[in-house]
Amino acid sequence: MTTDSLMKMAFGRLTLDAFPIHEPILVATFAGVALGGAIVLGVISYFRLWGYLWREWFTTIDHKRIGIMYMILGLVMLLRGFADALMMRLQQAVAFGGAEGFLPAHHYDQIFTAHGVIMIFFMAMPFITGLMNFVVPLQIGARDVSFPFLNNFSFWMTAMGAALVMVSLFVGEFARTGWLAYPPLSGIAYSPDVGVDYYIWALQIAGVGTLLSGVNLIATIVKLRAPGMTMMKLPIFTWTALCTNVLIVAAFPILTVTLALLSLDRYVGTNFFTNDLGGNPMMYVNLIWIWGHPEVYILILPIFGVFSEVTATFSGKRLFGYTSMVYATVVITILSYLVWLHHFFTMGSGASVNSFFGITTMIISIPTGAKMFNWLFTLYRGRIRFELPMMWTLAFMLTFVIGGMTGVLLAVPPADFVLHNSLFLVAHFHNVIIGGVVFGVFAGISYWFPKAFGFRLDPFWGKMSFWFWVAGFYLAFMPLYVLGLMGVTRRLRHFEDPTLQVWFVIAAVGAALILLGIVSFLIQIYVSIRRREALRDRTGDPWGGRTLEWSTASPPPEYNFAFTPVVHDNDAWWDMKHRGFRRPVAGFNAIHMPRNTGAGFILAALSAIFGFAMIWHIWWLAALGFVAVLAVAIAHTFNYQRDFQIPANDVERTEAGRTRLLAAQA
Amino acid sequence: MAMTPTGGDATVEMPVFCLTEEHEHAAGGSTMLGFWIYLMSDCLLFAALFATYGVLGGSYAGGPAPKDLFELPLVAVNTSMLLLSSITYGFAMLATYKGRVGATQGWLIVTALFGLAFVGIELYEFTHMIHDGATPQRSAFLSAFFTLVGTHGLHVTVGLVWMVTLMLQVGQRGLIPENVRRLACLSLFWHFLDVIWIGVFTFVYLGGMLR
Repeated sequence: MTTDSLMKMAFGRLTLDAFPIHEPILVATFAGVALGGAIVLGVISYFRLWGYLWREWFTTIDHKRIGIMYMILGLVMLLRGFADALMMRLQQAVAFGGAEGFLPAHHYDQIFTAHGVIMIFFMAMPFITGLMNFVVPLQIGARDVSFPFLNNFSFWMTAMGAALVMVSLFVGEFARTGWLAYPPLSGIAYSPDVGVDYYIWALQIAGVGTLLSGVNLIATIVKLRAPGMTMMKLPIFTWTALCTNVLIVAAFPILTVTLALLSLDRYVGTNFFTNDLGGNPMMYVNLIWIWGHPEVYILILPIFGVFSEVTATFSGKRLFGYTSMVYATVVITILSYLVWLHHFFTMGSGASVNSFFGITTMIISIPTGAKMFNWLFTLYRGRIRFELPMMWTLAFMLTFVIGGMTGVLLAVPPADFVLHNSLFLVAHFHNVIIGGVVFGVFAGISYWFPKAFGFRLDPFWGKMSFWFWVAGFYLAFMPLYVLGLMGVTRRLRHFEDPTLQVWFVIAAVGAALILLGIVSFLIQIYVSIRRREALRDRTGDPWGGRTLEWSTASPPPEYNFAFTPVVHDNDAWWDMKHRGFRRPVAGFNAIHMPRNTGAGFILAALSAIFGFAMIWHIWWLAALGFVAVLAVAIAHTFNYQRDFQIPANDVERTEAGRTRLLAAQA
Repeated sequence: MAMTPTGGDATVEMPVFCLTEEHEHAAGGSTMLGFWIYLMSDCLLFAALFATYGVLGGSYAGGPAPKDLFELPLVAVNTSMLLLSSITYGFAMLATYKGRVGATQGWLIVTALFGLAFVGIELYEFTHMIHDGATPQRSAFLSAFFTLVGTHGLHVTVGLVWMVTLMLQVGQRGLIPENVRRLACLSLFWHFLDVIWIGVFTFVYLGGMLR
């Protein structure tokens, strides 16, 4: 056996050439990441935090901590995805006429692909999963989710998927296909490198986590509600979470199949999406959008829930039209499956098919409009407090309506034939994703942060962040609408017509403002931690909240509620406060809780190794990884001791601490 | 469960706002629901594969068509293996609910043997087809055929591994509630695969012969 074939057997396609040492941008990034990483690891080691992190966070099955870890993952990936966005805006602002800009095509194509993949799968998804994980059990008066171990495993699968995307930055390359990797471009003939394989395996691994967390939260909401909480007494955020998780369970298997078929085409040489031997690339486009359209509602529905909670709380009023809100959510859930073809009217399915999908798309604006009116009527004659979460909500209402209207415009097939694949489309979906999902995530973070950590976020830096984000958004994306109407298509690296440049420069200035918004947010967190004593929430109910999460301490004890609450009203905590509920201070019982386990982390790490080996064709490692995943999973089922009791004395001590705090407050 | 009012003024009528007794959700009380939901997601996975086969099932690309490939008698034997295994799994569950460890394990072994026979016959069919040049790479029809039928076969294989694991666990700890719950989950899974196979048998094999 020659050394060459031996190397190939040991390392597959992985050679020294895979490390991009000739790309200065990547080398500098790597140096930055390595330095930053070394500092973080050094600090953790210096303060001997590894044991603490492993015992209290990595292996935790507490839904609150898992929720917080999801939020941290989302934040880290927001920074990565936004760095990509900045580079694109800069490139497009300078690459006119003779100037080539600073990004070679090979690199630019990876950046727009990575930006889309990261922002949807590893920024938006972790953020909303994190919010749901943290808030849902507290809102329904439960101790934890239905399957706490599965929850930990789901988180780590998502995190490992994100890790694979990050690895692709420095080992090999990422896909150059756009975020949905349409064949035949993503097929082996046109993308023989590892980029598409990184894409496939990152999404497959993260997808397992997303699907299982969907199953988990549905079971939690159906089974673990506090006594008295009928379905029509569910807090509205929990309702939207339920619908979102139904969508996840119904949509993600389609993504799994689509990517699996693409992998078979790439690895085995089957002919699902090839140009010859009967393959049909448009089937991929259909399949992936049957997942993809519900996906956008997966992202926005819980955010509608956040805005509903915030609007009611900060207007000091019961949410207007609770029942219509629930039905609107359910109708959107169903309709989201009947519109996927509007993403490719230009496929040419004919007038009748296109009309059907155009009309169903327009119909979705009806329940969404109903929600908008419900929020407006909640505000009407309310005592509105312009705290940070409320400011984000108002900005959302304005921005999202604009985005929604351009969406209805795109739903008209003849208009879409003109605007398809243009910057108008790019402006539209950023309009609804930033103006909807991102604003909502910030509203949710500033609303529930005191619940999670026991102190509020600093309002000054929050307002800085808010104004930079909102102004930056409009500056960055309104020019894209104009450019789109002028016929500029998306994903271009270089332009000939110099008259277009001014619009791209404005957009780049907008991106710079958003950068300031993100920096302000990071400063806000830092300042809030420094000023935590001044911002402390001792009551557990800093905003005058309405739902059960505000009835327990901030941060809540690991068991959430010392006594299971009994619910009589939609706004359960509001009802309790106004009917003179007094917190019991004696008679505590021992509480049954699940026990931490490292199995989730280990399984996810092994899956990532398996994925990495598959990407690089290191077959022995892939086989080893696969067998190891199977073995650990089976071994884990032999562990029957999965819970423990928190003794009544410990509960009593924790609750006595809270009693003192509340007394000092009064 | 005892509910006693707590807090508030004893003289005023006060609704019950929390339970003073520990409110236990039975261990594993969500498991069957959770597993059902998972099965429905698996069902959608097969739905996507069926749809793919529906679209590509006629794209022979000049290669062999179902009539040239399928041997219905063999498929009939195979189908009966799986259907019988479902019946014997039913007997295993009856024994489980009566608390009979030996009978449960016995029926599980019979079920596993039927399942093994099913996988064996399927593998024989696959190698036979591949030997004749009808490989998954030959045409989109064959790609879709091997993927749909193979995914089902893979599920049965996973079910077999799970069954062996459960036989060991029942041997170790007997029919404790955890194990009964796990047997019930596998039972759902096993019958679900039967339902999927009826779809495969009807649409792929019988439908293919009519094409």
